[in-house]
Amino acid sequence: MSRRVNPLLRLDLQRWRMRLMLGLLFAAYAALSVRALYLQGWQDDFLQEKGEARINRLQPVPAYRGMITDRRGEPLAISTPVESIWLNPREAQATPEQIAALAGLLEIEPGSLKKIFQDKGKSFVYLRRQLPPDVAARALALQIKGLYSKPEYRRYYPSGEVVAHVLGLTSVEDKGIEGAELIYEKWLAGEPGLKRVARDRRGNVVEVLESVKLPRPGQDLALSLNLQIQYLAYRELAAAVQQHRARAGAVVVLDAKTGEILALANQPSYNPNNRATLTTDRARNRAVTDAFEPGSTMKPFLVAAALEAGIVRPDTRIDTGPGYLLVGDKKITDVHPKGNLSVAEAIQVSSNVATAKIALDMRSEDYWRTLSRAGFGAPPYSGLPGESSGRLRPYDSWRPIEKATMAYGHGISVSLMQLAHAYTVFANDGWMPPLTIVKRREAVVGQRILSERTAREVRAMLELATQDGGTAPQARVVGYRVAGKTGTAHKLIGGSYAPDKYLSSFVGMAPASDPRLVIAVVVDEPSGGVYYGGQIAAPVFSRVMAGALRLMAVPPDAPMESWTGPNHAAPLVAEDV
Amino acid sequence: MNLRHLLGRLFNHIDRPLAGLLALLLLTSIATVFSAANTSVDKLLAHLLNIAVALVAMIAVSHVPPQRLMQFALPAYVLGVILLIGVALAGDVVNGARRWLNLGIARIQPSELMRLAVPMMLAWYLHLKQETLSTRHFASAAVLLLIPVALILRQPDLGTSLLITASGVFVLFLGGLSWRIIVGGIVLAGAALPFAWHFLHDYQRQRVLTLLDPSSDPLGAGYHIIQSTIAVGSGGMAGKGWLNGSQAHLDFLPERTTDFIFAVFSEEFGLLGNLLLLLLYAAIIYRGLTLAALAPSLFGRLLAGAIVLTFFTYAFVNMGMVSGILPVVGVPLPLVSYGGTSMVSVLIGFGIVMSAASHKKLVKT
Repeated sequence: MSRRVNPLLRLDLQRWRMRLMLGLLFAAYAALSVRALYLQGWQDDFLQEKGEARINRLQPVPAYRGMITDRRGEPLAISTPVESIWLNPREAQATPEQIAALAGLLEIEPGSLKKIFQDKGKSFVYLRRQLPPDVAARALALQIKGLYSKPEYRRYYPSGEVVAHVLGLTSVEDKGIEGAELIYEKWLAGEPGLKRVARDRRGNVVEVLESVKLPRPGQDLALSLNLQIQYLAYRELAAAVQQHRARAGAVVVLDAKTGEILALANQPSYNPNNRATLTTDRARNRAVTDAFEPGSTMKPFLVAAALEAGIVRPDTRIDTGPGYLLVGDKKITDVHPKGNLSVAEAIQVSSNVATAKIALDMRSEDYWRTLSRAGFGAPPYSGLPGESSGRLRPYDSWRPIEKATMAYGHGISVSLMQLAHAYTVFANDGWMPPLTIVKRREAVVGQRILSERTAREVRAMLELATQDGGTAPQARVVGYRVAGKTGTAHKLIGGSYAPDKYLSSFVGMAPASDPRLVIAVVVDEPSGGVYYGGQIAAPVFSRVMAGALRLMAVPPDAPMESWTGPNHAAPLVAEDV
Repeated sequence: MNLRHLLGRLFNHIDRPLAGLLALLLLTSIATVFSAANTSVDKLLAHLLNIAVALVAMIAVSHVPPQRLMQFALPAYVLGVILLIGVALAGDVVNGARRWLNLGIARIQPSELMRLAVPMMLAWYLHLKQETLSTRHFASAAVLLLIPVALILRQPDLGTSLLITASGVFVLFLGGLSWRIIVGGIVLAGAALPFAWHFLHDYQRQRVLTLLDPSSDPLGAGYHIIQSTIAVGSGGMAGKGWLNGSQAHLDFLPERTTDFIFAVFSEEFGLLGNLLLLLLYAAIIYRGLTLAALAPSLFGRLLAGAIVLTFFTYAFVNMGMVSGILPVVGVPLPLVSYGGTSMVSVLIGFGIVMSAASHKKLVKT
C-alpha cells in the first residue's frame, strides 16, 4: 500500500501539456470560425450568386404561331401545343421494364431505344417530337432519369392536300419553309419569350420564378383564298387528271377586279400533315413555278397588239389560203384549212396561219410591248415563293419565224399564274390589277395595259370561242356568257416537240358582260386518247366557274332564251397545234 | 423501491450538464436531418430510432465501471487485429477498397471496432505500467498503435487510419509523452510528408489537389467541395431559414444527410447558427475534458480524455472538409449526421466518459 500513489497527483497534466492542448483546440476553432466568417460574412454574396446560377436557368417560351385562314376566316393552318420528348443518355438510367413501357408509348422499337439509352457519348437525343401532351405526360410519369420534355407547337392543316401548295410547310422547329408559311414567316412567327425557372441538379424544373419576357404571339393571316372555291377547283382538277390519266395539272381562279387569288390547286399534291407523302414532284406549286409553252392561249395577245397598233380591225379579212404559210424555209400550218377568215373568226377557230400572218405584218417592238406590259417575261408577284418569270426574249433578236410562232404561243414560255393574270386585262376593259395571295382590305389601283375598246373587242372574240363553231363549247356555263381561249401545245422535250405529248389548257372569264372571275386550267400530258384543250381543260373550267359564280352569287348575264350549258355534242372544231 | 428511485438509479452515472449539452446537439441534429432529407418522415423516424438506441447504449455503458471496462481492452484489441488481418486476407472489395469482412451472419467493418479498441488498449497498457512509465513503454505503446493503423492504411482507408492514429496519440500525449518525442515526431512527420505523398493512391492525391484548387475539376473531384462551399456561403449571415436551403433541397449537395450535413445546417442557419454550433461543440468538449480530469483512475482519465479529443477531431475534420479547408474524407459530423453506427459509437464513448468520472470508488485488488 505504501507504493500506491494518488493518480490525481501523480499524473495530473503538466501545465505546458494543458496549454498545448488548449492551444491546439483554440487554433482549430479559430480556423473554422475564420473560414465560416469568410464564406458567410465576406464571400456570401458571390457564393449566393453562384448558388443561384446553379438553380436559375432562363428557358425559352415558344410563341404561338399565327393562324392562317381563308378570306372568310376558315382555318387553314393552326398551331396546337405539343411536347417533344428528349433523352440525355449520359445521365439516363432505366430498368428494362421502363424502357419497354417508354418504347410502347413513343412507338419506338424497344431494341433501338435501348441502344439510344446506352449511347453514353451523347447528352441530347430527341426520342419523339411533337407528341400530344397527354402521351408526353404518361412518358414522363415513368420517372426515368434523364428523360425530359420540351413544349412546342405543331402545325395542323385541316384541309390537307387541297391547299397544301399555297400554305406550304413549317419545319419541325416551327419555321416556315415553303409557300405562304415561308413568305409570311415574320408576320406569323411572333417572338419567343423567356422565363426564369428553378431547376434541381437533374434539370427538372421545380418552380417557375418569373417571366422575364412574355412571348409575343404571331399574327393571324387571312389569305385571299376562298376555301369553298378551292375545294371545288381541287376536286374538278383531280377528277380531270385522273380521268385523262394525265401526269399533272393546275388550276388558278382569280378575282378579275381585285387580282386576289381565290383558288390555286395543283395535281399531284401531298398531305402536309403526313410528311411521308412529300416528294419534290408532289411538293411543286406548278401553277407558279413551272413555265410552259402555252400554245393558242397566246393568240388573243397578238390580236390585242395588232388592234392597238391599228393594223387590223375585228372584221378585217385574212386569207389563210391553202392552210399553210412559208416563213423562210419553215412551214406554218393549219391542220384543217379554213379559207378566208375575219380576225374574230381566227380567234374563234384558232387559226395558226391567220395569227402568224398578222404577226408578220407588225413591228416587233409593238408586239413585244403588249406582251411585256401584260406581264410576260416578269414574275407575276403573286406573293408565293419560287415564281417563274417565263421566257420572253428581247424583240430586237426576233427572227421573222420566231415572231410568227410566238403569235400562236410557241417560242415563248409562261406560267399558269402569269397567263391567268394577263387575261384579267381582257376581263377588266384593259386594266390589270396586281395579284395577291392575301385578302385585300382596300381597293387597288390597277395598271392600264390596253385601251378599253381593244379589250372589249378581244373579249367579244373570246366569247365566240365558246359558241358552237368555236373551239370551246364545253366551257359554257348555264346562265352566263363565257369568254375564253383554248390551248393545245406539243410539249417541248429536250429541244424538240414531242409528237404525242400535249399540254391542254383553257383560260377564260365570266360573266362575259362584266367578268368577275378569271380561271386558267392546264392539264399536262393527258393520255386517254383525247388531248384538245377544248375537250380536257374547258370542262374543268366550266364546272369550277359554274360553282364559283354560284358561291359568289354573281347574277347571270345571259338572255333567258339562250341559257345553254356546256355543249358536249357540238361538232368538234379541231384546234391547230 | 418506487419508480422514482428506480429512475434515479438508472441515471445515477449520467452527468447532467454533459447530458443537457448532448440533448441540445441531438435536437439540432433531428431538425437538420429532417430538412436535409426533404422532410421525409421515414428518414426522421429512422433517425429517432438510431438516437434512442444510442442513448440506451450510453446509459448502459455509464453503469460499467472502468475497472470492468479495462478487462475488455486486451480481448477487444486482439480480436480487432485478428479481424483486420482477416480483412487483409479475405475481405470484400467495395469501391476499390478492402474494408469489409463477411462473417457469414453479417458483414462488418473491423476498423470501426478499432476506433474504440485502440485508445482502450493504449490507456490500459499505460495504466498497467503507470508505476514505472518510461520511454520504452511509450515505444511499446506506439507499436501497439501502429499495428492496426498499418493494417487499415493498407485497405486503403487513409481517413480512418489517421483518425485512429490521432486517438492513440491523444492517449500517449495525456499519458505523459515527453515533449522531446513530441517535437521529434512532428519534425519527422514533416520530413516524411514528401515521401508519404509518393505512397498515396491516385484518388487520395486527387482529393488533396482538389482542395488546393477545386475549380480544376468542377464536375469530378472538385464537385463536392464547390457545391458545399456554395451552400455554406449561400447561408450568409442569418441563413435562409429552416427547410429553405435551396442548394440542399434541389439535390445539388451530395451526401447531404450524412457527411455533408454541415453544409445544409450552414445554408439554413447562416453564420450565427454556425458559431452557435461551434460553441455547443466547445461546451461539450470542455465538460468532457473536465469529466476526464475528474476520473480517479489513470485508465479512465486517459480513455475519457482521448475519447473527448477524438470527438473534437471528428467534428473539426468534418466541418473543415465541408467548408473547404481540409481534404474530403468520409467522416460524419458526430452526433449530427444521419447514421446509426456513428451515433451509437459516439454516445458509447460519452457513456465511458461519464462512467470514468462517476465511479469514484477504487475497487480492491
